[in-house]
Amino acid sequence: MVQLTLPKNSRMTTGKTWPKPEGASNVRKFQIYRWNPDDGKNPSVDTYFVDMDSCGPMILDALIKIKNEIDPTLTFRRSCREGICGSCAMNIDGINTLACIYGMDEIQGDVKIYPLPHMPVVKDLIPDLTHFYAQHASIMPWLETKTNRPAKEWKQSIEDREKLDGLYECVMCASCSTSCPSYWWNGDKYLGPAALLHAYRWIIDSRDEATGERLDDLEDPFKLYRCHTIMNCTKTCPKGLNPAKAIAEIKKMMVERAV
Amino acid sequence: MSFLTDRKRAVGMGSAKSGVHHFWAMKMSSVALLILIPLFIFIMGPALGSSHEEVLATFSRPFPAIVAALTIIVGFKHFRDGAQVMLEDYVHGTTQKVCIILLACLSYGAMATGLFAIAKIAL
Ligand code: SF4
Ligand code: FES
Repeated sequence: MVQLTLPKNSRMTTGKTWPKPEGASNVRKFQIYRWNPDDGKNPSVDTYFVDMDSCGPMILDALIKIKNEIDPTLTFRRSCREGICGSCAMNIDGINTLACIYGMDEIQGDVKIYPLPHMPVVKDLIPDLTHFYAQHASIMPWLETKTNRPAKEWKQSIEDREKLDGLYECVMCASCSTSCPSYWWNGDKYLGPAALLHAYRWIIDSRDEATGERLDDLEDPFKLYRCHTIMNCTKTCPKGLNPAKAIAEIKKMMVERAV
Repeated sequence: MSFLTDRKRAVGMGSAKSGVHHFWAMKMSSVALLILIPLFIFIMGPALGSSHEEVLATFSRPFPAIVAALTIIVGFKHFRDGAQVMLEDYVHGTTQKVCIILLACLSYGAMATGLFAIAKIAL
């Protein structure tokens, strides 16, 4: 049954307010979700003040500054700091996005940062993406072929290669899937926009020979048809991709095959 | 507690290999209603506010009676299919199955009642 209130041990509390940096004139307030699995306490929102005159322009810069200079226990994932590894996805100012490519100037007022919604939290801003990755693995994200391997390479025309544009760029950040109400309610069975975008990427690959099996595996009231074209995925994707369209294309192919 | 692998949990019982027919049925009934609802309003509109005899006379003509009957059939079929998706979204387990059965009773019951009324007037 759909759950509309948070369980008791997940209710938010007000956390610690950290002191303002001394002598700073250009200070910005950050409110950040904190939860530590080891202390047995409910999650809280801590308040930090960051000196903007000595901080980089992106949200990730501020998070790193807080971790380095104010509170070393603040925990988050990051790696590439240029929007290509997908590690730093979090909910910033109400939007699922990548902290490293989201500019501080895109937000008015205080900056509120939470982990990706509706996922189990490992610690602070780190969600548990185990199931999300397993769903991605389940769509067979690789080239499946049956013809004998050619001597040189699997050829692809320029036009066929172009069909992969807007799909191959996905960095698996999970912003889209965790913005989707259908994924919130039925994420155990619904594959979600990211996995379905990847499924479509292999379905329309001209070299892939498992199109039928791939469609068979997706034809399911939950795996695919929980998508109700809500479009949160497309709105939130920090890479500007359109998972909703990829899902619509899969649905079209299903009809094409059956009717 | 059970030690399922992540992959096993993600795949679950595998694909039901169904869903496209439900999806296509919804699309077809949507398109049909796009035509039927305006026709129905077009027929019902003038009859609104007129006397009992005049309304009976309208619905005993073949075209209005057939349009009304089709609107009732397709409308309630569409309602049943759509509401089932909503139930699948928000209700799970045995409650879900019971709700879907009740929904079918309600939709087909309402459909039958409407058709009976039209038949009684028109025939
Ligand atoms: S489609 Fe966009 S939002 Fe979704 S996982 Fe890929 S990059 Fe992230
Ligand atoms: S740190 Fe790699 S995407 Fe943000």
